[in-house]
Amino acid sequence: MAVTIHEEAIHGRSAAALPAIPAGLRAAGPVIVLLLLGFLAPLLTVAAYAFATPKSFDVFRSFTFANFSAIFDTSNTVWMSFAWSLAFALATVALLAVIAYPIAYGLNRMFGKWSGFIGVLFVFPLFVSENVRLYGWVLFFIKNGVLDGGLKWLGFSGGPEVLYTPGAILFGMLYVYLPFMLFPMSLGIAMIPRDLVDAARDLGASRLMIWREIELPLAMPGILIGMLLTFVLGAGAIAESKILGGQSVITIAQDIEVAFTYAQNWPLGSALALLLVAIVSGLALYVLAKLDLDRILGKR
Amino acid sequence: METRSHIRAQAFVKVWTVFVVLAIYLPILCGALAGLSKGRYFGFPVRVFSTEWWDKTLASLEIQSLVQNSLLIAFIVTLASVVLAFFGALAFARYDWKGRKTFQKAILLPVFFPQPVLGLALLLWFNALGINPSWQTAVVAHLVWIVPVVTLVIAIQVYSFDSTLEEAARDFGASRWFILREVTLPILWPGIWSGALFAFLLSWGNFPLSLYTAGVDSTIPKWLYSKMVAGYSPMVPALGTMSTLSAAVLLLAGGLVVMLLRRRSMRG
Repeated sequence: MAVTIHEEAIHGRSAAALPAIPAGLRAAGPVIVLLLLGFLAPLLTVAAYAFATPKSFDVFRSFTFANFSAIFDTSNTVWMSFAWSLAFALATVALLAVIAYPIAYGLNRMFGKWSGFIGVLFVFPLFVSENVRLYGWVLFFIKNGVLDGGLKWLGFSGGPEVLYTPGAILFGMLYVYLPFMLFPMSLGIAMIPRDLVDAARDLGASRLMIWREIELPLAMPGILIGMLLTFVLGAGAIAESKILGGQSVITIAQDIEVAFTYAQNWPLGSALALLLVAIVSGLALYVLAKLDLDRILGKR
Repeated sequence: METRSHIRAQAFVKVWTVFVVLAIYLPILCGALAGLSKGRYFGFPVRVFSTEWWDKTLASLEIQSLVQNSLLIAFIVTLASVVLAFFGALAFARYDWKGRKTFQKAILLPVFFPQPVLGLALLLWFNALGINPSWQTAVVAHLVWIVPVVTLVIAIQVYSFDSTLEEAARDFGASRWFILREVTLPILWPGIWSGALFAFLLSWGNFPLSLYTAGVDSTIPKWLYSKMVAGYSPMVPALGTMSTLSAAVLLLAGGLVVMLLRRRSMRG
């Protein structure tokens, strides 16, 4: 190994510059440039703003921790938004894992020729703006809406008041992020070799034991990706609390938005964003480091 | 006993799936009902159906410009992201190179990122560069999120690609571009078309990135949101339903093309 690297270094210097770049790097080049300019640079800008004087725009000219001390000030209520957002995200992950597992299992093992069609039914909502779908639930739950009006029409006293509560926000998040749990999970279950399950059954393992000892561990990479995705998206959720929650709970993404728009305090907003990003990407990098993507995506 | 519990489990999975699918489409149907009922405010059961709000929406000049903006952005995003993601997917799944594992993970980061935060970060960055937000900056923002998704979609196809075919062509003396055109591309067409379909539809429906990066140029999701928050009109559900229907038609047509391509590439 050491020898080849050494040789490459020698030959690389003598050969022309262009052919020395491996084909993979050349193919990845444009995407890498896009990520550097469109993802890394904006993040660095946020970081720069996070350390600028509060309520100012003199980024790169001042350096202070004032924004962070404002966030950690206990007289402030920002930490509650953080707590709500993380709690919502955790609840979303846990509930969606339970909701999506049977469907992911069915898509792989039971639906046969229907599974393509059923898969499309679950993909389609991704292409409809989430506002439109969340607003549909408002029309369903609102007074004189589909539920309330429908129940009255049938002679009941009307529907329950669920709109504009934390429960409605959680419901909206489960609804919007379901596909992000379902598809990675389904990829994971597709990685379980059938003969392994059959072999275990022939050897007399119970169904629970097969599931716990074989199916679950083998499907875990996909399940982990699904959980990671839903957690990250849930922690950054904003539309659900605005449309279904009616300000009953302020999420952290909403606090960030307010800091940037009405409050015109970009440094504070950046500090909040940076904290959220640190939590979220810390977790993402930790989980991603454990996964072999070639196996998950390649084995179909 | 074993088989009976198995049958029960199967029945549960089926019933559950049907229930969740119905729940997914319920709010979309509610929106369709609201857009098709007469009167300013929605009430259920709908007393009088009318196409009044559909007609008003279709005739509105403001909405025509929204559709133009959304279409233009989605179109450019589709073209650019398919080209970038095609090469990105080759680097992701086909070539063996030293930075590959890092690249595979780095490209996932924008997907694993809260979009409202990404939108705001891009807004700050454009501001630092002295660029005014407009539909062009929205295109860049969409690309940051959509190129990784399309790369994954195409990469899945690339994994099933037999690279000995390329080597055989090279042994016969074919040039690099000839191989790309005659061997690589035809095999990957189904993945490329699926990627293009994803790119277009994801851009068409995107709200959080457009909200912050489109500036004064509004898009359909952006306009819908502003009207939901303040100044409701039945044009909101009507336009929402139209946007959903256009996406459905496109998905159906695109899905058909991809299916035909798959069938052909399997035969070939």
